[in-house]
Amino acid sequence: MSGLTSMGMGELAAAIKAKKTSASEVVDAHLSRIAEKDASIGAFLSRDDDRARADAKEVDARLARGEDPGALAGVPIAIKDVIHVKGLATTCGSKILNRFATPYDATVIRRLRNAGAIVLGKLNMDEFAMGSSNENSAFGPVRNPWDLTRVPGGSSGGSAAAVSARFAAMALGSDTGGSIRQPAAFCGVVGLKPTYGRVSRYGLVAFASSLDQIGPLTRSCADAALSLSVIAGQDVHDATSSPRVVEDYGAALGESARGLRIGVPRDFLKGVDAGVMAEFDKSIAALQADGAAIVDIALPNAPHAIATYYLVATAEASSNLARFDGVRYGLRTESAASKSSLKDMYGETRDAGFGPEVKRRIILGTFVLSSGYYDAYYLRAQKVRTLIRRDFETAFASCDVIATPTTPSPAFKLGEKTANPLEMYLADVFTVPANLAGVPGLSVPCGFSNGLPVGLQFVGPMFQEATLLRAGHALERLMGAAAAQPPV
Amino acid sequence: MAEIQDKLLTHIATLARLSLSEAETRSLAHDLAEILKYAASLESLDLTGVPPMSHATEGERFRPDEPTHDLTREQALANAPDQDAGLFRVPQVIGG
Repeated sequence: MSGLTSMGMGELAAAIKAKKTSASEVVDAHLSRIAEKDASIGAFLSRDDDRARADAKEVDARLARGEDPGALAGVPIAIKDVIHVKGLATTCGSKILNRFATPYDATVIRRLRNAGAIVLGKLNMDEFAMGSSNENSAFGPVRNPWDLTRVPGGSSGGSAAAVSARFAAMALGSDTGGSIRQPAAFCGVVGLKPTYGRVSRYGLVAFASSLDQIGPLTRSCADAALSLSVIAGQDVHDATSSPRVVEDYGAALGESARGLRIGVPRDFLKGVDAGVMAEFDKSIAALQADGAAIVDIALPNAPHAIATYYLVATAEASSNLARFDGVRYGLRTESAASKSSLKDMYGETRDAGFGPEVKRRIILGTFVLSSGYYDAYYLRAQKVRTLIRRDFETAFASCDVIATPTTPSPAFKLGEKTANPLEMYLADVFTVPANLAGVPGLSVPCGFSNGLPVGLQFVGPMFQEATLLRAGHALERLMGAAAAQPPV
Repeated sequence: MAEIQDKLLTHIATLARLSLSEAETRSLAHDLAEILKYAASLESLDLTGVPPMSHATEGERFRPDEPTHDLTREQALANAPDQDAGLFRVPQVIGG
């Protein structure tokens, strides 16, 4: 069977179950494509082809015995290297983990494997998920499949590039301030950040625990729905995971946007690239013609989200990253090992192991939590976070979803923003508010600007992923940009 | 706060257990000053009576604290940079 690497997840599982192809054939097709094309992209950090082939054989054997291997039977997926997969090293894009040999599977991995999915390998990312371009990886950048001189976005840059380049039917990413949605927009794929608590974080290396969520990057909203149905749900290992019933998100996709009330916060959309704005406006007009009601809304505190985020997220990161100290795992350089005091060993290890952006955020986070500055910075930011959440609650009284561009510009050039950290942070201006509020967000490809993909973001009320996916599914059909294949 | 002095930065780096070089200290002091200047926009907001928000959960659910045997001692030590007699080994902490 040909065209296997372009098929969707549901389509692949159905074809494998119907014996039109086999899990082994599907996995081999993807491994060959990776072997042929990934040298120019740099999406993968590690792979275990033998394990993937063995897992595929097992799926085929179960089918031969008349068993049902699950909803994702034989579907090849890849995982951002911040999520633990037993048997593969976890790096978090950092030197400090020193290729940590993972002794267990994250809950999301266990669920995906139980549904029959095949893990191909681990994907490149900004170090500890801190970045918007994937240029903060200790293992080199990832290139955007649409233009190899441009970034794929970040921090789940490898995930977005891998799905766009047809290396995997789905990739998991993590999203603390936009790290699934922003790279999805830059690479022309669908990216879903679920509601905080919808997906277990057990086995996700923590960046900012009150903001982090795992989610899928796929080539359609139907595949995002299918993925979420598998990975969502309460987990005894994550006290913040919600006991709410997991919906059949695929069944909720619907046929059109008819009757949906879509809020647009025009005042918040200043400074957006003209090409991006043109595609956004076309999309809104198309949704309206399809039967959606377009509602003017305001998010008056959203312009404060980036400042709030960089105080809250870095505070949490400075605490979470204290565990990387060269004692129980990870790097201990010769210089650090030669120190006669424990404190100096810590300091040397951490200076040698962390990259510049991670140090910048640890320093900022330590500062805002330190005596004398806590109230002025951290506590104030937590209060502004309340205002940002209230803005959403008010807005959702008059609309079902909110639409914005996912990013203020299409993918930028490698090196274009590395000299100015603040400018890089502003790439996440439209995605960060959802993390602060805890609400779900979905980026869907909606068109192109100068040959580069443009993403439209839908944000919904807590646990209303079904509504987001319905809006996204309608937009895909209207704009026809979702299935586009990059030139790579 | 308009400027983060190198001295304050050195104090923060000590708290964060980062042995920064002088060049790193200078460059981070500059970056921090820039970021905090940007964050000063929050000072214009009236936050009287606004409660702080630390998370977006509907309430945490704790499981019973029951011991399990997920890892053997050997597995727990497998990634250690230095170990001895089934223990993590670190430089001397007390005395010396």
